[in-house]
Amino acid sequence: MATFVGMPAFPEAAREKLGDTVLRRNLAHATATIRDKRAKVVGELEDAGTWQDLRLAGAAIKDTALHDLADHLELLERRLTAAGATVHWARDAAEACAIVASVARTHDVDEVVKVKSMATAEIELNEHLADEGIAAWETDLAELIVQLGDDLPSHVLVPAIHRNRAEILDIFRRRMADAGRAAPDDLTDDPRRLAEAARLHLREKFLRAKVGVSGANFAVAETGTLVVVESEGNGRMCLTMPEVLVSVVGIEKVVPTWEDLDVLLQTLPRSSTGERMNPYTSTWTGVTDGDGPREVHVVLLDNGRTRALADEVGRQALRCIRCSACMNVCPVYERVGGHAYGSVYPGPIGAILNPLLRGVGEDPQVDSLPYASTLCGACYEVCPVAIDIPSVLVDQRRAVVDAKRGKRPSAEALAMKAVGAAFGSPRRLGALEQASGLAGRAVSRLGSVTLPGGRSALRSAPGPGRAWTDARDAPAPPAESFRAWWERTDGGRS
Amino acid sequence: MVTCVNDAMFPDVGKATVRLLRRLGVDVEFPAAQTCCGQPMVNTGYYDEAVPAVRQVATAFDGYEAVVVPSGSCTGSVRHQAADVARRTGDTVLLDTVESIAPRTYELTEFLVDVLGVTDVGASFPHRVTYHPTCHSLRLLGVGDRPRRLLEKVRGIDLVELPRAEECCGFGGTFATKNADTSVAMGSDKARHVRDTGAEVLVAGDSSCLMHIGGLLSRQRSGVRTMHLAEILASTEGSDGGAR
Repeated sequence: MATFVGMPAFPEAAREKLGDTVLRRNLAHATATIRDKRAKVVGELEDAGTWQDLRLAGAAIKDTALHDLADHLELLERRLTAAGATVHWARDAAEACAIVASVARTHDVDEVVKVKSMATAEIELNEHLADEGIAAWETDLAELIVQLGDDLPSHVLVPAIHRNRAEILDIFRRRMADAGRAAPDDLTDDPRRLAEAARLHLREKFLRAKVGVSGANFAVAETGTLVVVESEGNGRMCLTMPEVLVSVVGIEKVVPTWEDLDVLLQTLPRSSTGERMNPYTSTWTGVTDGDGPREVHVVLLDNGRTRALADEVGRQALRCIRCSACMNVCPVYERVGGHAYGSVYPGPIGAILNPLLRGVGEDPQVDSLPYASTLCGACYEVCPVAIDIPSVLVDQRRAVVDAKRGKRPSAEALAMKAVGAAFGSPRRLGALEQASGLAGRAVSRLGSVTLPGGRSALRSAPGPGRAWTDARDAPAPPAESFRAWWERTDGGRS
Repeated sequence: MVTCVNDAMFPDVGKATVRLLRRLGVDVEFPAAQTCCGQPMVNTGYYDEAVPAVRQVATAFDGYEAVVVPSGSCTGSVRHQAADVARRTGDTVLLDTVESIAPRTYELTEFLVDVLGVTDVGASFPHRVTYHPTCHSLRLLGVGDRPRRLLEKVRGIDLVELPRAEECCGFGGTFATKNADTSVAMGSDKARHVRDTGAEVLVAGDSSCLMHIGGLLSRQRSGVRTMHLAEILASTEGSDGGAR
């Protein structure tokens, strides 16, 4: 089974993905489509002057919830219990998976149906259940494509964004039969036909399953209500048809009141699917006689969230409502795709969330993520809860560097120290510029290449400059720095 | 503040900035104590290593009415990062100085439009030009349409729209070498968009972004020249003022 464990650090993974022209075309097309849809529906509110208000209100709601997190979670637990649900607390992935497996075992089932859920993907629940002999069937169309393809998700909202129709047809034809109802023989890559094949395949499972597994987009403390928003209705099938429902909910999902949902249910669909309102909003409060599951479990999951909460700059990442707008606007994500980030949380939010949840200084893959950005700021601009991702990225880079202080310094650390020291003395900087000016004159005489406008350039720089000149010409250093010119001409006055 | 990249690699940008500001009646000084804003170190995570540079910012610019920077990126760094670096040292004098400099620090087009109140700077540049709004100018500072308003008033200029102008070029400081492949992939798309405009000159407000895009344009033998905004605004080419 496919997992993200042991993925290479971002630069290596990205290099491999950049070579995949089909992937790049699929991504460029899909992200551009979602970007345009989002811009249109957000633009309506921007014109009305309410979008920025909603955005800041969303940020404030989440910050308030996080500020007194323990209180809200305890209230949530009390209300859930009073409504007949069983509440479990899980410190990490292993504990959460064990709880779900134990519920399934109690009911003696060998399969569960699943609502698309980032929390269960994060803890690799499906893999864990498989080890216990329990098949976990994904029922979201894109998750189904990923699962049947023995693939990994590459986007928070559209896990199969990296796949095109022809690839999906191939996956359905090859793999559906192994997992249940086979794809029809005459299946084509027409989207309607593909969706219909998935519908028939999934219906069997909805009708058969005794246990459903979900996450939650929000948990309302004042009433003990869980909320799932989705576009297909398959989630609602899982939430209502099985006898038993287990929901794995990150502790940061709690909001104090129903009023808080008002704001977030306006910004989430606009930011994620580019819709004014999402098609299916399901809410449930414990157990209701004669309606829905007769046994409801809620697993409140930490798995690094309290670690992130303790981070003064980084804690704002816990505001994230998993809308994926940051992925769709990120020029880095658009070119390399989600797999390069080595996590179910890819893109800009993944680049900060993974190091915050998992800690830095231990795993080179995690430590590479804060550097997987040009800090262009497009992610911050679209974030519906105003997470200042670029600032957190820089702060996580600081955390990565600080975690390595006191150990044997890397070449980069030594270079930064040397450059930093040179910047502490204008005279030393001037001397360096003089030396580079001499080198520049030598380059000019060798006449490597000439830039438009007449300046000499290097086509192949020595040492660390190689990474630059593999694809880019580098202008030769000028014969005279600005500093030297200013001194020589008295600021251009002589 | 000329910025270290301009000082060491693009001195003409510094000279153009001085010429432009003097033409508009500004008393320009270059305090020799300045070196760098510290951004290369900070953005790579090396806060302690940025301290010497930030100290030089404090030494060089304390007491000036305005600090004008021909770079959105370095302006952003002085405004938003220098205080964080200073705070870590526990040196409250340094922190106070840096915090007093930050609000008086202006990116060139902000200074021209907001402080001097001009959009027509008396420039002349009879060429086909396309403008790339660099990310830090655009999003971190929010310079908005100031550069465009200034460029539109340049005599003889043929300003053409750059497709997907607001998308990052992929430079990103050390990103250009730490993630060289992704950086080049992004920059190549940017260079393609530039070539699609048919412009002779690509203009932007940050020399480092221009060095990256220009390096790719040159490798692709596109013939497109890169120029800093200050160089075009200082130009009097083809006007009665003679060649620039």
